[in-house]
Amino acid sequence: MDTALIPKGVKRCPLWQFILMLGPVVALMLWGVFAMLLVLLKGLNQTNMNDAYGFAIWIWADLTVIALGGGAFFTGFLRYIIGKDELKNIINYAVIIGFVCYSSALLILGFDIGQPLRGWFIFWHANVHSMLTEVAFCLTLYFGVLCIEYLPLILENRQVDKVPFFHNFSHNMHEIMAVFAATGAFLSFFHQGSLGGVPGVLFARPFAFREGIFIWPWTFFLFTWSAAACGPCFTILITKITEKIAGKQLVKQNVIELLAKISGWMLATYIIVKIIDTWYWAAVTAPSKGFGLSFFYSNNPLYGYWILFMEIVLCGIVPAAILITGKGRKNPAALWIAVILAVLGVCINRWVMVLQVLAIPVLTFESWAMYFPSWQEIATTLLPVAYGIILIALSYRYLPIFPNEAELNPMEPLSSQEQEPDSVEPIVDQKQELKPAEA
Amino acid sequence: MKSRQQKTKRYGMVIDLDKCTGCGACMVACMAENNVPFKEDESDKLDSITWMRVYKLTNGKSFPKTDLCYLPRPCMHCEGDHGHPPCVSVCPAVATDYSRETGIVSQIYTRCFGCRYCMVACPYHARYFNWWDPVWPDGMEKYLSPNVSPRMRGVVEKCSFCFHRYQLAMDRAYYEGKRELEEDEYQTACTQACPAGAIIFGDLNNTGHDVNKLKKSPNAFRLLERLGTNPKVYYTSSREWVRRAGDNYLKKESK
Repeated sequence: MDTALIPKGVKRCPLWQFILMLGPVVALMLWGVFAMLLVLLKGLNQTNMNDAYGFAIWIWADLTVIALGGGAFFTGFLRYIIGKDELKNIINYAVIIGFVCYSSALLILGFDIGQPLRGWFIFWHANVHSMLTEVAFCLTLYFGVLCIEYLPLILENRQVDKVPFFHNFSHNMHEIMAVFAATGAFLSFFHQGSLGGVPGVLFARPFAFREGIFIWPWTFFLFTWSAAACGPCFTILITKITEKIAGKQLVKQNVIELLAKISGWMLATYIIVKIIDTWYWAAVTAPSKGFGLSFFYSNNPLYGYWILFMEIVLCGIVPAAILITGKGRKNPAALWIAVILAVLGVCINRWVMVLQVLAIPVLTFESWAMYFPSWQEIATTLLPVAYGIILIALSYRYLPIFPNEAELNPMEPLSSQEQEPDSVEPIVDQKQELKPAEA
Repeated sequence: MKSRQQKTKRYGMVIDLDKCTGCGACMVACMAENNVPFKEDESDKLDSITWMRVYKLTNGKSFPKTDLCYLPRPCMHCEGDHGHPPCVSVCPAVATDYSRETGIVSQIYTRCFGCRYCMVACPYHARYFNWWDPVWPDGMEKYLSPNVSPRMRGVVEKCSFCFHRYQLAMDRAYYEGKRELEEDEYQTACTQACPAGAIIFGDLNNTGHDVNKLKKSPNAFRLLERLGTNPKVYYTSSREWVRRAGDNYLKKESK
């Protein structure tokens, strides 16, 4: 039924199967939309946030998806600025994943504020000293860049591409994509950093506060670094999951290995710096404010040293060690484990820097505050996940995302009855092509 | 135009914890004065609004050595480093500001869009979010203070050191042709409500005001001074354990 929309030379499952598979995801999305409407109409009393937890699961989700979406800017940076040409085979997918992540982050920010109708105040009454202002500006601008990067992909859809204007427009956009990739990388370095600055500047929250250079706390650089390290891991992970679901190889192994290698070295260097940062904070910064390290990891039902071990050793050193070795990258199981651990590591880091910060009592006569999200918060956090799956599924089905797919999965010649309608159409003249409605 | 105020003021408090009985009159007076909304069930202090909150502290010892202390906690109106309190610089929309004229940290309710970053930044939990629209019992709207605007759902609010009283006092002083306010011309509601006289309010810079002398007492301390928040609310207590409860110390740091 939708054969005419499917890219040439590749095979997709029947439409009914596609719809059936997306059914539960659509249901999940509708549940999320319902919860979002409740939050928007009734207010943030629909959540389990309170005056101790001004930030909660949504801000964690925001920080996390932006870090995971970092694959888009960093892969773009490597492809267009550094000149790693092989990455052209995965850059499209990295852009789509980044688009999903950033649009999700903006969506979450939209309903996370108490007065959504005043959301524009952040731009209009901007406080240049606030890290959140920097986040809002860079995030929005970079989302604009991602839209520009995503657009030519949409225009490459088989039917859209038939329109000469769109074809030429898309082609020309590809030509100047390096400019946008550079802009995107510049903006990303800043907003990933300013997201790190959000907890890092909290000088009255000893667990979050970090010293730094000029106006930037060390977390500014650590967040950028970790996003550049773990973002590509997320791109690899989603690519691998897509390959599993599609039942075929979509990206050549050497491309995956190259990205994994770069990601591994980024992760290895990041984790060294992170260890130094943690040591300095534990030995100098926190004690100067009267807090010993054990204070942050004891006398509460959840946060123990295990979380520090998970973040730095299990989800930092281990995946880095796997990814920087050729053997590790070539072993499919080890690669899977490494990218999952790296992604988990950045999720834990963002959790710790948002939720654990607020759990810890600062006044001596207060106690640890624990939090569990309400169903509305869970549903609205799953909403972007469902939306992401749908957008990725649609993009995979109808857009030529993977340049190597046809080559890696050659199709058997079709019988005359099975041939796609497009291939038997007579070549239309230029005049007709200019009328997309008739075509 | 010549300034009506000659000197920069730093309004602040000194609260004598040895006098505080924990009666809660300051909390009630604050709520009435500032139109602070309340819920039917106020038992969950994590989502109820108490600009002034009285904490109960214990020395953790058993009878007969046990000891109690009640600690009223308004907004600390932190000065931070050169007028940069933890909450002000983080606000993305300039909805909160540090006044260099009075030293008061303001909150502009109509500017706040409810991101709650300031709440996260404040270690004293002095900032509160309006999780619900304010609902007053029938007829109570008539008793709301006309000088303080009630807040809507979705914005942050906090103690303002009864700033409207400062404005009224300044208006009065202007009409009277005065340049300076006397100490008793601007007092907060909690100060006046305290039956024990535990709360003293005034200009910390003014040598004629009581707070200026009291803050220099060897028994005076501030909450979480080590964080660099530089609060303008001082406490005094003759009890060492109470003073020590004001800040965090490492185990190795001697008493």
